[in-house]
Amino acid sequence: MSAGAVGRAHPRLEGPEKVTGTARYAVEYPLEDVTYGWAVPAAAVRGRITRIDPDPALAVPGVLAVLHHGNAPRLSPDVEPELYLLQDPAVHYRGQLVALVVAESIEAAREGARQVRIDYDTEPHSTVLTADHPGLYRPEKVNPSYPTDTSEGDFDAAFDAAEVRVDATYRTPAYHNNPMEPHATTAQWRDGRLLVHDSNQGSTAVQAALAELFGIPRDSVRVISEHVGGGFGSKGYPKAAVVLASLAARQVDRPVRLALTRQQLFGPIGYRTPTIQRVRLGSDADGRIAAICHDAISQTSTITEFAEQTAVYTRSMYAAPHRRTTHRLVRLDVPTPFWMRAPGECPGAYALESAMDELASACGIDPIELRVRNEPTVDPDQGHPFSSRNLVACLIRGARRFGWGDRDPRPGARREGRWLVGTGVAGASYPARARASAATATALPDGGYLVRINATDIGTGARTALWQIAADALDVPPERVTIRIGDSDLPPAGVAGGSMGTASWSWALTRACQELRDRLGHHSGSLPPEGLTVAASTADEIRAQKPMARYAYGAHFVEVRVDAETGEVRVSRMLGVFAVGRVVNPTTARSQLIGGMTMGISMALHEEGLLDERYGDWVNHDFATYHIAGCADVEQIEAEWVAEEDSDLNPTGVKGLGEIGIVGSAAAIANAVRHATGVRVRDLPIRLEKLAGSSSFT
Amino acid sequence: MQNRSGSASIAGDERSSRVAFTVNGDRRELTLDNRTTLLDTLREHLGLIGAKKGCDHGQCGSCTVLLEGRRVKSCLIFAVTLDDCSITTVEGLAGPDRLSPLQEAFVAQDAFQCGYCTPGQLCSARGVLDELAEGWPSAVTEDLTGVVRPTDAEIRERMAGNLCRCGAYPHIVAAIRETAGER
Repeated sequence: MSAGAVGRAHPRLEGPEKVTGTARYAVEYPLEDVTYGWAVPAAAVRGRITRIDPDPALAVPGVLAVLHHGNAPRLSPDVEPELYLLQDPAVHYRGQLVALVVAESIEAAREGARQVRIDYDTEPHSTVLTADHPGLYRPEKVNPSYPTDTSEGDFDAAFDAAEVRVDATYRTPAYHNNPMEPHATTAQWRDGRLLVHDSNQGSTAVQAALAELFGIPRDSVRVISEHVGGGFGSKGYPKAAVVLASLAARQVDRPVRLALTRQQLFGPIGYRTPTIQRVRLGSDADGRIAAICHDAISQTSTITEFAEQTAVYTRSMYAAPHRRTTHRLVRLDVPTPFWMRAPGECPGAYALESAMDELASACGIDPIELRVRNEPTVDPDQGHPFSSRNLVACLIRGARRFGWGDRDPRPGARREGRWLVGTGVAGASYPARARASAATATALPDGGYLVRINATDIGTGARTALWQIAADALDVPPERVTIRIGDSDLPPAGVAGGSMGTASWSWALTRACQELRDRLGHHSGSLPPEGLTVAASTADEIRAQKPMARYAYGAHFVEVRVDAETGEVRVSRMLGVFAVGRVVNPTTARSQLIGGMTMGISMALHEEGLLDERYGDWVNHDFATYHIAGCADVEQIEAEWVAEEDSDLNPTGVKGLGEIGIVGSAAAIANAVRHATGVRVRDLPIRLEKLAGSSSFT
Repeated sequence: MQNRSGSASIAGDERSSRVAFTVNGDRRELTLDNRTTLLDTLREHLGLIGAKKGCDHGQCGSCTVLLEGRRVKSCLIFAVTLDDCSITTVEGLAGPDRLSPLQEAFVAQDAFQCGYCTPGQLCSARGVLDELAEGWPSAVTEDLTGVVRPTDAEIRERMAGNLCRCGAYPHIVAAIRETAGER
């Protein structure tokens, strides 16, 4: 055996390219005769386009074409309503991309987009999510395929009979993914074949969607995504930019570069739905929960149903004999919500982990002890055994590292000068899944190895982790292995999303490498010039997995300092301890976990999509007004993990790291703020006026 | 004036200008649309794709370059205003054969994930190191007359204009601190 690359820190392979500015993203490939697209958003909320006048735009020097529903190439209507772009005059929400200007320069395209004249017939609209909206309905399932409602025992009776009750409603606003690289594409048609360089989280899915939309064979479409500037869910499925650029390139018969503007990332690419969540917990005086209920309300659009699984988190997190969860949805005249880092679990955990803190206070017991007392032995939802469950280990280790032990539980008890200081804790979990993928491994005559899989590295470190895993599976030093990812010509693989990228891809790679070793063991003589290649797919193996509850866990610890005069909140310390199976590369793992926690700070304190209900559009649709955490907002932040071997996951024993870092962060901050100030904030974000303006502010 | 940039009646030579400046030590002479930003000049006319377009509104810092040695957001500057200026982009930070200590520290500290904000972070960090060395105080400097130390608080404050959605901030601060210590 080699010394083993898995588990050892290694700088990411593409690091030198990224620090020298030579890593190429979607609209950065040199091209002859390239043109530029600029998308035009609808100004109406709901209605129909009655007239488009492209002439003023076409009069702008350099403008080549104005695409709209009246002239754009036809697409198949059967793929995905969101992608049926420039095909009909219907307007479903303000900001919907309804035209595209193509020009010789960015400047001309932008000016042209400003000059397109569009008239609309409008209808009344409804854009605000409320708990009593007349359009509330029960979807048939919630994402990805969970039952809408669940019930066990008799919640109502058990809650009524409980000695201690918490009944609280929590609200989260719309959150916008905002990867630093916008959704961007370079598209070009050559001899009926479509080549796109695209920013996405999985180009196999983009290839499939484009082939179906344009009615051409899959192998006539190639999607290259070598470097991707973040996604956080919003690039998990093909979106408008890649379709618009492909339409335009066909129309003008030249390559087209199209990057959405930052403003256009607030809507057309999806966002985290706002939620209204009622959580009820009933326990005995010692905090043993008898009854637990989580009712979640969220929104979708009139285009398609997106039913976020907000309350699913509560189904498996803590034990209670009587339990119920429900999801209700409203179709509004708004953009369709979509995945954003831990969709469902993240806002769901904010509600449940806040409610647990409220229960701990009501019972007068420590919030860690409360969680330990309600630790289930099997999955409370399905009754399946856990493949591994180390929530308590995370809580205990974190408590020691954080210095939780000498905490005075009284709110507002600790003051240091102008600062009220408080600490908070929250649990976290996220499913550990894998999706079928294919891979090849090649032994080359020069002693090197080439492994190929259409994985995507959106900044996770996947390229490096898979390279380490392949080396160990081949039992060779990693320096002899070359890895290729990010190209739909490679063996098809699932998305970089749902914390299942590395689990899915490493599985296929490991099988290909193992098979290659077997074949090489039986091979005599020198290898042919093209080397010896074997292919593997995990479809059958994944389908045959036995049903178990597979989750990553985490414990978040936070110290906040709240200005006693102004209510300003600073997160002075943040620690996350996680149980995530095997950690392949500690360097990139730590970065990903810290990144999730940082987005949690952002969610708790800064981010909030403010809707203008007259127009169903967010007022704050840029970085000047929609605030995300900046460098000065992040002080001491640490992530670590407990040793965890789990043989019921996948050959590498990984659980995934992308989401778990954010899941409990906002609740831990809200719980710390309550400890510091006495004010329980049940509607994010925690802004100073909600603290300093509260009568219970210490 | 109102319709100037969009009017087809404006003659071509009035919409563009000749400009000459130095980028990473190389003299460049270009005829550019007057509306072209420095960022789009670098990316679309000079093939220097290091500086990134994250917002095009001077709000994210991804396009940060050094103009006459000082940090600027290249999306907010019209290129035709830069006659005879000297510009350094991320492509100009490394030596001919090896990375600069700052770039090496960014790799070693894993001070980035997706890498899209990284060229801007690096140029900004280069500017911060120079500002610190020259004793420029910031909003968090306690002694405005003394030597400015490269503390974490100083670095965080000075790097606050460069957003990173992946959340690499603590590693960015560590990389800059480490590099400052080497000076």
